[in-house]
Amino acid sequence: MAALLEIKGLNKSFGGIKATDDLTLSVETGELHAVIGPNGAGKTTLISQLCGLQRPDSGTVLFKGGDITLVPPHRRARLGMTRSYQITSLIMEMSVIDNIALAVQAREGHSFRFVAPARGDRQLRDRAMDLLRRVGLEEKAEMRTVALSHGEHRHMEIAIALASEADLMLLDEPMAGLGAEETRAMVDLLNGIKRQHTILLIEHDMDAVFALADRISVLVYGHIIATGTPEEIRGNEAVQHAYLGEEA
Amino acid sequence: MTRKSLITLVVMALLAILPPVFYWTGNAFYLDLATRLTILAIAAVSLNLILGYGGMISFGHAAYLGLGAYAVGIPAFHWLYDGIGDWATNGLIHIGIAVAVSAIFALITGAICLRTRGVYFIMITMAFAQMVYYLIVSIEHYGGDDGLVIDTRSELPLLNLDNPLHLFGLAYVSLVVAMLLVNMIVNSRFGMVLQAAKGNNERTVTLGFNTYLYRLTAYVISGAMAGYAGALLGNFTTFISPEMMDWRASGELMFMVILGGATTIGGPVLGAAAFILLEEVLVDTLGWLESPLHSLLGTEVELSNFWHLPFGLLLIVIVLYVRGGLMGLLGRGED
Ligand SMILES: Nc1ncnc2c1ncn2[C@@H]1O[C@H](COP(=O)(O)OP(=O)(O)OP(=O)(O)O)[C@@H](O)[C@H]1O
Ligand SMILES: [Mg+2]
Repeated sequence: MAALLEIKGLNKSFGGIKATDDLTLSVETGELHAVIGPNGAGKTTLISQLCGLQRPDSGTVLFKGGDITLVPPHRRARLGMTRSYQITSLIMEMSVIDNIALAVQAREGHSFRFVAPARGDRQLRDRAMDLLRRVGLEEKAEMRTVALSHGEHRHMEIAIALASEADLMLLDEPMAGLGAEETRAMVDLLNGIKRQHTILLIEHDMDAVFALADRISVLVYGHIIATGTPEEIRGNEAVQHAYLGEEA
Repeated sequence: MTRKSLITLVVMALLAILPPVFYWTGNAFYLDLATRLTILAIAAVSLNLILGYGGMISFGHAAYLGLGAYAVGIPAFHWLYDGIGDWATNGLIHIGIAVAVSAIFALITGAICLRTRGVYFIMITMAFAQMVYYLIVSIEHYGGDDGLVIDTRSELPLLNLDNPLHLFGLAYVSLVVAMLLVNMIVNSRFGMVLQAAKGNNERTVTLGFNTYLYRLTAYVISGAMAGYAGALLGNFTTFISPEMMDWRASGELMFMVILGGATTIGGPVLGAAAFILLEEVLVDTLGWLESPLHSLLGTEVELSNFWHLPFGLLLIVIVLYVRGGLMGLLGRGED
């Protein structure tokens, strides 16, 4: 397997805090790679550097073999990378389907098109509707995004990630704030898409991670202390000590 | 049809019918008022593209009105005093210059302004507009702060702009075109990105849009449209001065947009109408009160000079308490 994403010696500090500390990690094409770690371990900061919203102090990020360390975020999206947000980040004033259609639109090259009405574009709308069906939100399509529940917003995040048809999906705690029922629905949803996309999944929910991941990396204080299959991670003593042990 | 579109249609119908009727019944003054209103409405509609739909609170939009007006005045000035060719009175050339100069000014200043956000954006757009203001003030040749009289209006095919009905007709048709244009743009793919960037810029960027370029494009389109309005304004007033583009004039355009209702196509027109008519009514009312007040106090009080006071208070109340401006108030019950 070839590495789709390679992170080498990444460092990022905020004042005195080392949020990313000599972080090295590779994500293989087709795998679902989970990153777990305690609160404040630097998981979101890692995602932000991968999608280009934050610039690392040092280190390199290779995507599809090319160095993207300094590539601006909108271009990374074009290269085939998408992210979801731990704290829901949608365009609240727009309708549900408008949000998804915008993501579909982003996939189709530039949008310097001024004449045809976007909402009358069958191709965009049908595709967006398909995606909403996939995440179970087709009935809410015309509602204003702000009117939906937190759980539904989490599903919209996934629909947007799917809309991009990105080669790499960076998912930052898709289960954040979900109840037991909703979490199960999300695990099913992710199970359904995991083979078609390469996914880097940040997640707190251990059951979900062990159910979904092909490989798991453990992040503690910005540094990866172990990478392996779920079984290896479960048996890893350092991990037990640093992280899993705390929960047991 | 939504209630808001119905209101817009009614406003546009009234604006088409009433002014000529006033003119034919011997009240030419009201046609003039309507022409000014219509021209300012074009500028307000253009401002709404960036302010309402794009979330870019530009406090310098009157600069384009000024640039557009001087694009008429300066060639006409040289035609009269330097005897340069008759092309210098050609309206199509005037409009071409007005639009091109405004677009270039918007491109250069926008490229800088759009690197900032929030209050900084407001301040820097205002600063650029004041720069143009002081530039014109400093050019004595074109009258400096005394302004410049336009001795000859733009020559256009089929139209005679010295005829107030023609000028009003041109302004009206231009306003309709401006509204249709903005409507088309905001509903296009481009418009979706523009509005998404206003709602959540970071998300729009991570989707893959270089929102800076989309904003800048909207900024240039908006500036070019306002420049066109400026060329009409120059023809209307036939006297141009830097005052047309100082920060107060920019603030008035902002008020029109917010008063009428940003992010609606008809809102800025409604706002411009309310603004201009209210100004007129207040000045008149206060004027009437002057003579009773005179006999009461025994001294002359130029009350009508203080029309800004009740006007400002009224505007503040509307802006603070009516969500979505007049359009939001009248079209209540819809999203
Ligand atoms: N913009 C910032 N400025 C200053 N400090 C920051 C910033 N972003 C993150 N940090 C700090 O960096 C560390 C890592 O934060 P990060 O959000 O990446 O953690 P996380 O692993 O995503 O945590 P959580 O599980 O709570 O989501 C924390 O100590 C945090 O306080
Ligand atoms: Mg986080």
